[in-house]
Amino acid sequence: MNHLVQAIDSVQLAQLAFPSEMPATVLAPYLFVSAAMFAIGLIGFLTRKNMIIMFLCTELMFQAAGLALIAFGRHHLQADGQTFVIFVLCVAAAEAAMALALVVLLFRHRESLSASAWKELNG
Amino acid sequence: MITASLFNSFSMPAFLADPSAGHGEASQHLAQLAEHAAQHPNAGPKWVLLIVLLPVLGFVLNAFYAAFGNKSKIPAWTTIALLATAFIATLSMFLSYEGTPYTVQAFEWFNLHYGDKSFVANFSFYIDKLTILWMLFVTGLATLIALYASEYMSHDIGLGYCRFFAAFCLFVFSMACLVMGDNMLMLYLGWEGVGLCSYLLIGYFYKKPSAVAAAKKAFIVNRIGDLGLALGVYLTFVHFGTVQYSELFANETLHTYINAAATGDFSHIPAQAQWIALLLMVGAFGKSAQFPLYVWLPDAMEGPTPVSALIHAATMVTAGVYLIARFYPIFLVSEHALPIVAWIGTITALLAATIGMAQFDIKRIMAYSTVSQLGYMFAALGLLSTTGAAFHVLTHAFFKALLFLACGAVMHGFAGQLDLRKLSGVAWMKGWGIVGVTMLVGCMNLAGLPYITSGFYSKDMILAEAFITPGYRMIGWILVFTAILTAYYTFRVYFRVFVGPQHAEPGDEHDDHDDHAHGEEQNHDAGPHGDHHSDHFHPHAPGWAINTVLVILACASMLSISLAYIQKAEHHGWVGSMVAESSASYHSPYAAEAHYAHVEHTDMHPVAGPVGTAAPGKVFGMDAHAGMILVSGLGAIFGVLVAAYFHGPKGWQGLFIGGRTESDKCRMDAIARRAGPLPRLAENKWFVDEIYAAILVTPLRIISHIFHWIDKLLLDGLVNLFGFLPRVFAWVIRPSQSGVLQGYAVSMAGGLAVLLFVVLVIVMNSGGAA
Repeated sequence: MNHLVQAIDSVQLAQLAFPSEMPATVLAPYLFVSAAMFAIGLIGFLTRKNMIIMFLCTELMFQAAGLALIAFGRHHLQADGQTFVIFVLCVAAAEAAMALALVVLLFRHRESLSASAWKELNG
Repeated sequence: MITASLFNSFSMPAFLADPSAGHGEASQHLAQLAEHAAQHPNAGPKWVLLIVLLPVLGFVLNAFYAAFGNKSKIPAWTTIALLATAFIATLSMFLSYEGTPYTVQAFEWFNLHYGDKSFVANFSFYIDKLTILWMLFVTGLATLIALYASEYMSHDIGLGYCRFFAAFCLFVFSMACLVMGDNMLMLYLGWEGVGLCSYLLIGYFYKKPSAVAAAKKAFIVNRIGDLGLALGVYLTFVHFGTVQYSELFANETLHTYINAAATGDFSHIPAQAQWIALLLMVGAFGKSAQFPLYVWLPDAMEGPTPVSALIHAATMVTAGVYLIARFYPIFLVSEHALPIVAWIGTITALLAATIGMAQFDIKRIMAYSTVSQLGYMFAALGLLSTTGAAFHVLTHAFFKALLFLACGAVMHGFAGQLDLRKLSGVAWMKGWGIVGVTMLVGCMNLAGLPYITSGFYSKDMILAEAFITPGYRMIGWILVFTAILTAYYTFRVYFRVFVGPQHAEPGDEHDDHDDHAHGEEQNHDAGPHGDHHSDHFHPHAPGWAINTVLVILACASMLSISLAYIQKAEHHGWVGSMVAESSASYHSPYAAEAHYAHVEHTDMHPVAGPVGTAAPGKVFGMDAHAGMILVSGLGAIFGVLVAAYFHGPKGWQGLFIGGRTESDKCRMDAIARRAGPLPRLAENKWFVDEIYAAILVTPLRIISHIFHWIDKLLLDGLVNLFGFLPRVFAWVIRPSQSGVLQGYAVSMAGGLAVLLFVVLVIVMNSGGAA
């Protein structure tokens, strides 16, 4: 109970749960998975034309970034990374609602989910 | 002799001892006035502001009537009531005046102080007797003419009626600012205001191209004069450091100049001070239609006749006379200003009279007559007689308004007919008797028939002044000759239009205004023959409003004879007594000298050269005034008889010497045919308009075309080039916006990759260095 009444900063909070820093050798695989997820998402976004798939790919890139943030936060024993990911998840959820509604509207106009159906929006 | 005794009263013993007493007294008098004004800057009663506020109220109310679509005569009655109240206020201002000028402040306008200088011009009014004189006839005539217009404008009841009376009220307000303002900025405000109202009212029939052109001409020609006035006001401020009358007339420097000018020595007066008068003079020439800026006034007759009577005959065009009279001390210190004013006035009087002789449009004849009479007033100012000028302004205001309104009644009753060849015997038609009699009164006044008309007394004062001022004898003879021409052209109208066999061809006014709703006249339009000049045309005689105004003005014209006798011992009449207590006060040394000619002077006069040479003031060996009664009186009668012989009908109406039996044939026609090109030149106004078009308008038009193309090609080209460059740039990069979503994503990813690469290189380099 003593801990709760103390003024707690993020470093102390991290030390409460994880008493020791995560070594760089353990960090590397996390970053590798994150990079792989981001690359898959990016490639998917660039190659697929279905707007829902493209949207899923952006979500994949989001989560890749989130994973890297959490890994770094653990590495440096700071809670900022986790806090930030919580925010990103909230924004992603809101954005998902918007994006899906947009996709539905776009589909109603063209009877197609292909992004190339909107090619006429050129310069 | 009566007229001689008008001047006989110059009891000025001081003059004998001090030859420059004329100037000395004038400046002393000014200093006194200015002291009074400076001591009591706000002493005036506030109700004086009513004179200015009531016309503004009229303007606002008429604007509301227009907005709410009023279709009655209420705008007219509102205007008449408000202007009549303003007249009563002016009258009580006159009656309660206690001999010292005062100012009444409405609100603070400009009050700037910088360093040790200041520029103060408040929205306040300076009341002295010159102001009162002018405001009396401005508000009085405005009331009468509003009453006349209530009937005259009844064709246009509705929006046009409201518009007319709104502009009418605005005009009276502007005129009040011009005349009553206590600084030159207020004068300028009023000056521009009356110009605007003149423009609006000349262009009242805005569907008529000639009216629109006339309105523009009046405005543009006036702008030339206004530029002179604006520069004059500016120069006054630069030189004297003030534009307020009370400070200006009390200015020490100005008094030094006046005293120097009184001795005929202009060499110590700076050119800057002398230029002020010359610039103000240009303004006066524009507004008062003097040569060479007179050309707008005859065209201004396109406006409704009440406007011609009020603005372009009685009040606004006398603003130039007021300007010079008000700033007479400044004109006195300029070596050339007053002689130029005298000569320009004389030239204008003669030129306009010769044109007026050959016109056939009766309203236009009256317009040229106005220009000519204004020339007389300017000649009087140049001849050192502010009293003569102001007296002629007053009598002219009455009889010229009367003449215009009588002509307007004819125009109104005969569907816009103004050609004197197509009208005859109007005075004998049923219901036209009052117009005939009042027109005769007006014509007699304009012709200046001796003793029985006020025009005779005021004109005589000016003519006598020309003969008693040395060096101006030539002007005197030209003005006498012009007076004979005036009598001729005035009675030419009367003998042709108002007496003789009855005949009338209606004009074509109902074609010009689509909103005319005269039942019987519309039948002409719709008639199966399409014959506009059919015999069954019935003129409608003027109603009570027109007749009342005509009678009042005729009585005023006749009664103003008495003004020549009131206080004639001290001031040559009532007007002289008004002028004497203002900044226009000036006693010509020659007026006194004419009666003390035995005194030898070696003094130089500022304007006219040496005093006391060659026995001035003699006409045919007689006293100038006695001579003038003979010359101008006989001249006027001679002019009338000539008109009767050439244009009068057979029988007593043509004084038994006329020979006209038809409306359009007279003895003059035969003479005019044989007289070579002169009559046609005069009828075409000596081609002055055409000369102006050739030497001024056409070159200006060519230059403006050149500038137009420079603007179009060079300036527009530059601007368009700057607009074109971004379009070229956009055209180059536009393909990158392909519309393919993946394309954008690739460029984003590529850009990101490049950025990361750059960051990587920087980090590697800095790491390597460390």
